[in-house]
Amino acid sequence: MSYLELRRVSKSYGAGATEVHALSEVDFAVERGSFVAVMGPSGSGKSTLLTIAGSLEEPTSGEVVINGDALSSMSRNDKARLRRRTVGYVFQDFNLLAGLTAAENVSLPLELDGLSAKKAHLAAMTALEELGLADRATHYPDELSGGERQRVAIARAIVGDRFLLLADEPSGALDSSNGEAVMRMILAACRRGVAAVVVTHDAQLASWADRVVFIRDGWIVDQTVPPPTPESLVADLPEPSPRQ
Amino acid sequence: MSVRHALLAFLSEGPKYGLQLRQEFEKSTGDVWPLNVGQVYTTLQRLERDELIESDDRGEEAGPQKVFRITEAGRKELDTWLNTPPDTIEPPRDELVIKVLAALHVPGVSVHDVIQVHRRYLVELMQQWTRLKEDEAESDMPFALVVDAELFRLDSVVRWLDTAEGRLKRAVLEAPSAKPGPIIRRRLVARR
Repeated sequence: MSYLELRRVSKSYGAGATEVHALSEVDFAVERGSFVAVMGPSGSGKSTLLTIAGSLEEPTSGEVVINGDALSSMSRNDKARLRRRTVGYVFQDFNLLAGLTAAENVSLPLELDGLSAKKAHLAAMTALEELGLADRATHYPDELSGGERQRVAIARAIVGDRFLLLADEPSGALDSSNGEAVMRMILAACRRGVAAVVVTHDAQLASWADRVVFIRDGWIVDQTVPPPTPESLVADLPEPSPRQ
Repeated sequence: MSVRHALLAFLSEGPKYGLQLRQEFEKSTGDVWPLNVGQVYTTLQRLERDELIESDDRGEEAGPQKVFRITEAGRKELDTWLNTPPDTIEPPRDELVIKVLAALHVPGVSVHDVIQVHRRYLVELMQQWTRLKEDEAESDMPFALVVDAELFRLDSVVRWLDTAEGRLKRAVLEAPSAKPGPIIRRRLVARR
């Protein structure tokens, strides 16, 4: 069963002559442990897809199902609980709270969800350790590099029992080696059972995903097929040119 | 890839046997570019003929027992090659560019569909390279460099397709221009 499913989801803004169709009858599913990238240019609808998948926005029509539960049948409180407990978000600009340390930023959603401060801190430290950030736990965001801030944001997104990671251009503000580190972390989270959706316009980042979905003008137009084994790639390479 | 200059680079570290050079070449390219023995010895013979390398015994045929070393002329040649930019001034006749340009003229064919077919293929190829990087590249520096180079090359083609698609969409909204192209374009065309 898919962990996240969008069924014929459409989203429009405005009405009449000024109506804009951001998403049109999108069918989209992500299994647990699977890493899907949604690739498209600015204005293609990819960020709208993400906010609807994370219940931050309502679709105009269609249904979003997370872990078997349809969002349309959930109360406002249930949805808020789902967002706190199940869904982790990562944004391009990190969205860390400046007045909290790295560990406090990571433990905050757990404390908001009613976990004791001690247990939340332990869970936060575990998440930070997994991402190689234990020695940065007491640092404030402005004492961290851009790459470290984004790793803290990923720790916050996967802390506790969050099994759905939604990321919008998560390495857009980072250089390519830090961007690669971020994608490796998201991939590692997926290998532990997290379902991840990353939206990006960047093919190098998208290529870390198990599946890449292409979106244009609100429509899903295409997707990659599962790649063959890496060995076949090297075996098929041509001999070097004999040109001297 | 210039096998000739790669061999000079390995010999600049010290005298070496032909088979050793072949192994070092393959290792240095992350085993991505295989090289056959014949190609190694043919290249070594030419380098020796041009006095860019020398061997212990000039009389023997190039073979496994022969040790090669770089000459002063070889060092100069290597230095010049390392610091000379590759010939990238003239754009190559890229097959993909030609396909997209051709698609604009074929009735019943959507250039956007053609662009998407190629974009998907390129991203699938990039996924395969990224998997290789995920599995092995962290422990193998030459291999990581080769994979990065290939990913950046493919990425630049995807970016060109994205840009082409955006330009085509905007062009629909704009009236066609009758002006001649800029001088640089006409010069490039004239040079062909």
